[in-house]
Amino acid sequence: MRLASAQEITQDMFEPLQLGAGEGEAITRPPISYWREVARRFRRNRLAVAGLVILVALLAFAFIGPFLTPWDPREQSLFDTNKPPSAEHWFGTDNLGRDIFARLCYGIKISLFVGIMAALIDLVVGVIYGGISGYFGGVVDDVMMRIVDILYGIPYIIVAILLLVVIGPGLWSVILAMTITGWVGMARLVRGQVLQLKEQEFVLAARVLGASHLGIILRHLIPNAMGVIIVQMTFTIPGAIFGEAFLSFIGLGVPLPLASLGTMANDGYQYLRIYPYQLIIPAIAIIMTMLGFNFVGDGLRDALDPKLRR
Amino acid sequence: MVHDTQDTVLEVVNLKKYFQFGRRAVLKAVDDVTFSVRKGEVFGLVGESGCGKTTVGRTIVGLYSPTAGKVLYKGEDTSRLKGAEVKKFKRRVQMIFQDPYASLDPRMTVGDIIGEALDIHRLARGKERLARIHELLNVVGLSAEHANRFPHEFSGGQRQRIGIARALAVDPEFIVADEPISALDVSIQAQVVNLLSRLREERGLTYIFIAHDLAMVKHLSDNVGVMYLGRLVELAPSAELYKNPLHPYTQGLLSAIPIPDPRVERERKRIVLEGEVPSPVNPPKGCRFQTRCRHAKPACREEDPKLKPVAPGHFAACHLY
Repeated sequence: MRLASAQEITQDMFEPLQLGAGEGEAITRPPISYWREVARRFRRNRLAVAGLVILVALLAFAFIGPFLTPWDPREQSLFDTNKPPSAEHWFGTDNLGRDIFARLCYGIKISLFVGIMAALIDLVVGVIYGGISGYFGGVVDDVMMRIVDILYGIPYIIVAILLLVVIGPGLWSVILAMTITGWVGMARLVRGQVLQLKEQEFVLAARVLGASHLGIILRHLIPNAMGVIIVQMTFTIPGAIFGEAFLSFIGLGVPLPLASLGTMANDGYQYLRIYPYQLIIPAIAIIMTMLGFNFVGDGLRDALDPKLRR
Repeated sequence: MVHDTQDTVLEVVNLKKYFQFGRRAVLKAVDDVTFSVRKGEVFGLVGESGCGKTTVGRTIVGLYSPTAGKVLYKGEDTSRLKGAEVKKFKRRVQMIFQDPYASLDPRMTVGDIIGEALDIHRLARGKERLARIHELLNVVGLSAEHANRFPHEFSGGQRQRIGIARALAVDPEFIVADEPISALDVSIQAQVVNLLSRLREERGLTYIFIAHDLAMVKHLSDNVGVMYLGRLVELAPSAELYKNPLHPYTQGLLSAIPIPDPRVERERKRIVLEGEVPSPVNPPKGCRFQTRCRHAKPACREEDPKLKPVAPGHFAACHLY
């Protein structure tokens, strides 16, 4: 119906609408859980989605790659050293004649393993330590946080190098070197979150209801701190991968015959002037991993931030 | 003590709660407060922000342990309870919180929020648990399908009712309502107040109703305690307090209630309390109200007035009487 002018609007054009009992309380929007909302916001962030695509591609490369190539990453062939990329060796071979494509698949797996393990260990130690410190507060908190402060003050590279010298290189030594001081960041973060959350009224309500300490921590504190913890983890993983690459590069990384992106870059850089692809290929893989995790981390941080809720 | 009858459920005796902060500073949030609550009554606790009324409420439900003095629930000292007795106490005494936005866990569904109470005390499981949750939602005027929703999907008044449903889940007999309506729109306040009154009648609940708004307390309470800087300065039956306020502070508070008649409102002279509340870390010597009192005399600076009976059932802590 079209209205020509305001005068035509008369009383009898309106019909009173009765509000039925309970209708005022009805919610018509479908229920949206916190995580679904997060996923929606994450999908809207193009850079984050790009990061996720990069990470999925890297994983696919690492796990499907070995089936595509006939070469074994450890197999040396002195007749095929330093071959440039070709139909036979897609990414060429290194100075011992090993196929770089096969080694790259292997290296990405090792690097991701180091990164993820380091992040998981940080997570477990940091959440327990920070959780106890923040939840119980007072003297417990003071003592625990001073220990953290001291650890935080020691440069991690020095600790890592010393540790690797003492216990010798190895995959787990590298992971240990990453985490021995790495967990303090997570511990501080979790403590801060817990300190803030434990005074919230919903935690007080649980205490009035008689919930146990463990119940409160598991049911209220950890789920509410989860967002921040996940974001921290997505930044810990690339940090550890990069740290491992660095340690490998200075010769303290995973020992042969294992290969990580760092050891490959180390091998490659010695022939940089003659065979640049031997450095460039693992370097690109490192860059992609870093970018992927950082984009995803940034995206998650924005998506998990309740202040940005629209 | 106001009433020495045996139907007293809660007694707060010389309660003190100090908070240590910094190395030397001590915040005397509650300093020597004594009152009692009878079964089925609504005890209003009023005072401005920072006077310690919330601390009193939280100490009663056991969130804080008293620095000195005690809280007796049915004659038992609540800070001495152990093990199973604590759990039993937590089923009897519940609390409704001030901020409906902070008092519900944003990660949990409404069903789980209410169900948490049932889980902790192992009151119901599976189908029975769900049925209880739906029943509780109905009691507070929400419907069963709200159980799958998250707190952010509700309005302030609805959330406060969810908080009430959670408190009711354990079938308590005593509820400490800590400013349950002060965070709500005026139009929604009645909703919650009427629900609280209805529940009181239906379930025979006893309330401590904490508020800074005297008008609402008047509507609900049987007895009212007025707090100032950690002290109880006046204690009287509600009607008596409003008709005949004795303490200058109470007079000031009552005078702040607007009268819904513009002619009267324009004519009347308001008693305006001057100045700020002194810091509870370093309260003034003598009477704590002397710095803002119109009737302050030399004795007020020297001696701290005790809460004493002035009229039958009417107590005041002031040197004027």
